[in-house]
Amino acid sequence: MEALIENPGKVVEAERISGSEAILRCLINEEVETIFGYPGGAIMPVYDALFDYENQLRHILVRHEQGAIHAAQGYARNSGKVGVCFATSGPGATNLITGITDAQIDSTPIVCITGQVASHLLGSDAFQETDIIGISMPVTKWNFQVTKPEEIPEALAKAFYIAQSGRPGPVLIDITKDAQQQSFDFIYKRCERIRSYQPYPELREEPLKAAAALINQAKKPYLLFGQGVTLSGAEDELKRFVEKTGIPSASTLLGLSAFSTKHPLYVGYTGMHGNYGPNVKTNECDVFIAIGMRFDDRVTGDVTTYAKQAKVIHIELDPAEIDKNILTDVAIIGDAKQVLKALLPLVNKNSHQQWLAEFRACDKIEMDKAVQKSLEPKSKLMTMAEVVHKLSEKTKGKSVIVTDVGQHQMMAGRYYQFDELKSHITSGGLGTMGFCLPAAIGAKIGTPERQVIAIIGDGGFQMTIQELGVIMQYQIGVKILILNNSFLGMVRQWQQLFFDKRYAFTEMDNPDFIKISEGYRIPAQRVQERNHLDEAFNKWLNQEGSSLLEVVVEKEENVFPMVPSGSCVSKIRLE
Amino acid sequence: MEKREYTISVLTEDKPGLLNKLTIILSRRKININSLNVSTTEVKGVSRFTIVATATKIDLEKVVKQIRKLVDVLGSFLYEEDQIYYQEIALYKLSLEVFQQNGLLEKLIRQHGAKIIAIEDNQIVIEKTGTKQETHELYEVLEPYDILEFARSGRVAISKSKRRTEAFIHELETSQSNTLSIKEF
Ligand SMILES: Cc1ncc(C[n+]2csc(CCOP(=O)(O)OP(=O)(O)O)c2C)c(N)n1
Repeated sequence: MEALIENPGKVVEAERISGSEAILRCLINEEVETIFGYPGGAIMPVYDALFDYENQLRHILVRHEQGAIHAAQGYARNSGKVGVCFATSGPGATNLITGITDAQIDSTPIVCITGQVASHLLGSDAFQETDIIGISMPVTKWNFQVTKPEEIPEALAKAFYIAQSGRPGPVLIDITKDAQQQSFDFIYKRCERIRSYQPYPELREEPLKAAAALINQAKKPYLLFGQGVTLSGAEDELKRFVEKTGIPSASTLLGLSAFSTKHPLYVGYTGMHGNYGPNVKTNECDVFIAIGMRFDDRVTGDVTTYAKQAKVIHIELDPAEIDKNILTDVAIIGDAKQVLKALLPLVNKNSHQQWLAEFRACDKIEMDKAVQKSLEPKSKLMTMAEVVHKLSEKTKGKSVIVTDVGQHQMMAGRYYQFDELKSHITSGGLGTMGFCLPAAIGAKIGTPERQVIAIIGDGGFQMTIQELGVIMQYQIGVKILILNNSFLGMVRQWQQLFFDKRYAFTEMDNPDFIKISEGYRIPAQRVQERNHLDEAFNKWLNQEGSSLLEVVVEKEENVFPMVPSGSCVSKIRLE
Repeated sequence: MEKREYTISVLTEDKPGLLNKLTIILSRRKININSLNVSTTEVKGVSRFTIVATATKIDLEKVVKQIRKLVDVLGSFLYEEDQIYYQEIALYKLSLEVFQQNGLLEKLIRQHGAKIIAIEDNQIVIEKTGTKQETHELYEVLEPYDILEFARSGRVAISKSKRRTEAFIHELETSQSNTLSIKEF
């Protein structure tokens, strides 16, 4: 037997074990604690092995594989660890695809392990055989099919290394049933390098100097940060950079909570339903600094009119994002933390009070034209804005907010005053309805010490409602807030604004959410009246464990401001 | 911006499935592949994909960077025609009888720098190496003589750079920079 180094300082001998057991041993070596999964024929050997590893690996049985992958995403985004999923072949594997796509576009580190039919059956249209490698190719950072047990350690070591290094992303490893069943000499070695993959570029000096020169002579500099800051753990560096340079700073939707919304230099969030100031000032600044973001079209609107007057500095880890949507004057390819550290000594201490005051003047306009109407509505029923605003006050901006997709998502982004790092989880790039409930479950498991609140629309809730079963079975203390407008609200808003109010198939008859919740043994209450909200919040939040609060909100509330899809960011509508 | 024909050269680890991973990056953007060739290189375990596509330079630069993101890709480069040496190969099959009836054909073939690689079963196979235009010219010459079958390969290309593939791979192995492999090679 060969002796090899497994972990630094620890020498182990190869052991003869089954492929299935090897998979679990790999996970333990990668310090995995939790697996979200669902069994089936082609992955049964792994589940059988898992039975003996119950005290080392916690398996959460979801109610649909889409729930597994979204839970893994929520877990990963909150804890910074890799999210792990198990699914069987065929339908089990294909049910993961939406979440894998979501993780790819939002750069979330995930490892999916799917069972596959025995290798001699590959290509024969066997029962539950599907070419998941082919299907997942465009939506994974890497994928690989294992047909021999000997390939398991290396494939999994690479999977974990690739998923979490550089710009993170999802990896799928498909393992045939025979490879799970056969035995081999197992030895694990973590992957530290792949020659065809360099996740961390060397920082070059010239662009750093060029960027510093631009920043130092700027009169109206503007900074926009994205999730890259959170992913690289650069929150502290960002704060120091912003405070030294005095630059008004805005967030993308996914950047929210990387910087306190209460900071005097924070000017709001950009994009389709973002704040007025940061959107219009994009087209007035002289130097535009983008950090860890990718100029999504929901941020830029019409690219041909976006920040044209400005010198653009783009700080980004992924070279393929440079010049993809917006042409840059200075590109700094590198990890946000590393770049900001290097840039800090090169920039001058500065302040831009007058320029900052222009943002505050915009805030005033937004307050008068949009915010006030939402927060102090004349309507009998409450608005989503009002509810989120009160929730923010109640929780002092300290909770982890997980949202689904739609109006409530935008309202949560606009009105929750994030005051703690890693506190906002949403499906940004893909906009996946059904994301919230399972992602909140994953987030709570990832950081049990924090209060995790799921804010969901009545539509999206019903897309993955079955995951209430997970909350019940494992007693996951997620707080659920349903903002019920009996509409697919965001689509209805577009119908109102752009389709002559033709509400084609967006009104919904909803079930009794309270009864459903109680059916899952989750305490629930419904509130309709404004003056009962505070009391309802107290009861809901003070309840031990999970609880659900349904707030019946105004049916036809709109989210404003709004940059209509594809238009210029300065043409933002306030009402 | 004007659409033109460009050559993308991709050095990869010799792994299954890569062809798909590469081509979907082009098809996503509705870029048609004019030709594609996969071959080994002088370095063991390293393959070369040569893709010819017509698109704007800006779009193809983005594609080349996205190709580089694939984990098993070592390097991905975009070339204009004058940055590479390239060739294609074409095969033409005629009936031996027709060939023999037209004495002039042999001379034509020689003039075009083509050669006869097989005469068998009453058929004759002619081979010509050259640019697409050159092989097409010969096609037009032979067309009146009833071509029974014609096939043309994808382009193969090597860069005019003086760097060796091996040295490039060595640089990659020792460097941390992922910008290296999208620079010109
Ligand atoms: C899986 C999926 N299908 C469809 C859509 C399109 N879509 C975006 S928002 C929305 C309406 C969401 O309604 P609801 O969950 O009630 O939230 P609200 O907008 O009312 O807050 C729809 C249908 C989507 N984003 N995801």
